[in-house]
Amino acid sequence: MNEQKTNFDTETSRDDSDVILDVRNLDVYLNTYSGRIHAVRDVSFTLKKGETLVVVGESGCGKSMTARAIMQLLPEKISEVGERSQILFNGTDILKMPEKKKETELRGKYISMIFQDPTTFLNPTMTVGEQIAESLLLHSKMKKKEAMEQALSLLKMVKITNPEKRIRQYPHELSGGMRQRVMIAMALACEPKILIADEPTTALDVTTQADIMELIRELQEKMGTSVILVTHDLGIAAEVGDRIQVMYAGEIIETGTKSEIFKKAVHPYTWALMKSVPSAQSQTEEKLYSLKGTPPDLIAPPKACAFAPRCEYCMGICRRLHPVMAAESESHSAGCWLMHPDAPKPEQLGKGGTI
Amino acid sequence: MEEKQVLVRIEDLCKYFRLSSKEELKAVDHVSFDIFRNETVGIVGESGCGKTTLGRTVLGLYPATSGRVLFDGMDVHSAGKREMREFKKRAQIMLQDPYASLNPRMTVRDIIAEGLETRGNFSKAEKDERVCELLSLVGLRPEYRSRYPHEFSGGQRQRIGIARTLAVEPEFIVCDEPISALDVSIQAQIVNLFGELKEKLGLTYLFIAHDLSMVRHISDRVGVMYLGMMAEMADSRELYENPRHPYTKALLSAIPSTDPDQPMSGRRIRMEGEVGSPVNPPAGCRFASRCPWATDRCRKEMPLLRQVAPGHFCACHLEERQGT
Repeated sequence: MNEQKTNFDTETSRDDSDVILDVRNLDVYLNTYSGRIHAVRDVSFTLKKGETLVVVGESGCGKSMTARAIMQLLPEKISEVGERSQILFNGTDILKMPEKKKETELRGKYISMIFQDPTTFLNPTMTVGEQIAESLLLHSKMKKKEAMEQALSLLKMVKITNPEKRIRQYPHELSGGMRQRVMIAMALACEPKILIADEPTTALDVTTQADIMELIRELQEKMGTSVILVTHDLGIAAEVGDRIQVMYAGEIIETGTKSEIFKKAVHPYTWALMKSVPSAQSQTEEKLYSLKGTPPDLIAPPKACAFAPRCEYCMGICRRLHPVMAAESESHSAGCWLMHPDAPKPEQLGKGGTI
Repeated sequence: MEEKQVLVRIEDLCKYFRLSSKEELKAVDHVSFDIFRNETVGIVGESGCGKTTLGRTVLGLYPATSGRVLFDGMDVHSAGKREMREFKKRAQIMLQDPYASLNPRMTVRDIIAEGLETRGNFSKAEKDERVCELLSLVGLRPEYRSRYPHEFSGGQRQRIGIARTLAVEPEFIVCDEPISALDVSIQAQIVNLFGELKEKLGLTYLFIAHDLSMVRHISDRVGVMYLGMMAEMADSRELYENPRHPYTKALLSAIPSTDPDQPMSGRRIRMEGEVGSPVNPPAGCRFASRCPWATDRCRKEMPLLRQVAPGHFCACHLEERQGT
């Protein structure tokens, strides 16, 4: 049995020219008071031009840390990236770039990020217009006046009502949805190649959420930007994702196209995630499916399958060996021993059944 | 069918906040409905629609501007001190943030025992025993009782909060976004716990949340609020499958679907403009400025909540016209 993990997804598409971002064997460690947390564990994936990749998982699964590693915005001092890790953006390893270059040539220009909470992101002492213009001034040789004009057209692009007035206002004068739009305008100011959105709508109402997701999709089509969307909401994943990647305990446990994940998922954790959310479209059973227990402590991550202690289909091997990432189809792969040809079928293992 | 018994009757309840001599924020405006014993009523709406204020006013945490709240026949807002003390034992609130609502300097035992004290004098051993009982009731290990809140995860903290609430042995609990801060799998655990406790202890809930799918799952009846007014109220299944109010329709159409074959984009009903302000709202329907079907009448006259089908109430002039 091979204990080394192989990721078929990256293996096959490594030479493709339409790959804009190639993350290989990413490890992120966080040195905290309580110990060294292995927050992201050997994560490899690719992002193609113009596609939307959704990363789903519960808090602490490493989805935000992966996003921040790409942006090179990991918490300073306490974080460490593994030695063999590579993050290739158009073939150049971001991790080896000098800090100065990251500042002027990478962040904001080629890769931008929007966050969950626009209130903490926006500077309360600057007007909306000045903040948008700031990034334009840093990355291009625009004059202040030109930058402000550009900021106005960006505000129009993100469909803020009354942009001429808003541009002179401060963040606290805007509603949550409008602030999120301002943040998107800032992120897209330099027409980045990749937009990373970390839970961009979690703090918003459903109606505003739908508007913001629509806006991101529209702008993506217009500019051909690739999007990495980090969320815990499966509904959003189903609405906007081209491909979906499920993370658990710092690892990718299943990845595939939207319909593969929603219709033909193979990993028990993915099943559990989907069963634990009620649907607004249909009346659900009396009781929601709920996973027992909690995710493992990543200070001492398990050597075998991280999901085994909570898994209804757990077998002997699951507690001893780490599962191999195996392919179901060209685009669909998962790390679970159930996929081994000799393993019993999930139905044979009794409990629950598939979704 | 057994007779449903009204536990909480809300009659024409208004809660206005005076901001200045000219400005008044109408957070809850002429809301009336009943909550039956052992029932869960869900309240949904966008942020700022007044759902939290409604919950707090129902419990008497805010004085009402006008209208009445009758709890088992007793008027909450004109109750005397003694009656109020009695009421506070029977009605409790659960808050959203499990991180902010537990005192970090008290052990779990002390946090829960504090609620017990309202129930009479217990000896130390009795208290300890009861704390253990409550902890196992909410699915926590009794050995944890000498720990501090920071040693627990979000889901566990929310369970501690539930145990504290239950220590008072209430009949009625206002749950204000009790699961919003939790992960999906933990949400499912807590929601199931709410369901179990309702069966076991015969509890009645007013469940306030913005997660529409979860509210459908947990509630017997659901009310939709918009800028202080109750737009629609019906049995949860009826409301989600057969919404009447244009706002409810728009709200429901914005829920992302977990079925990739039926994306929301195809069926989404868009509302015009931004949510209005509850400060000095115009006369007439609050939703008129965003409603695609608004007429002159809607802008002038506030529609009343009226029954459009058995048990289904809707406040819309449009319904009235179709109904008669």
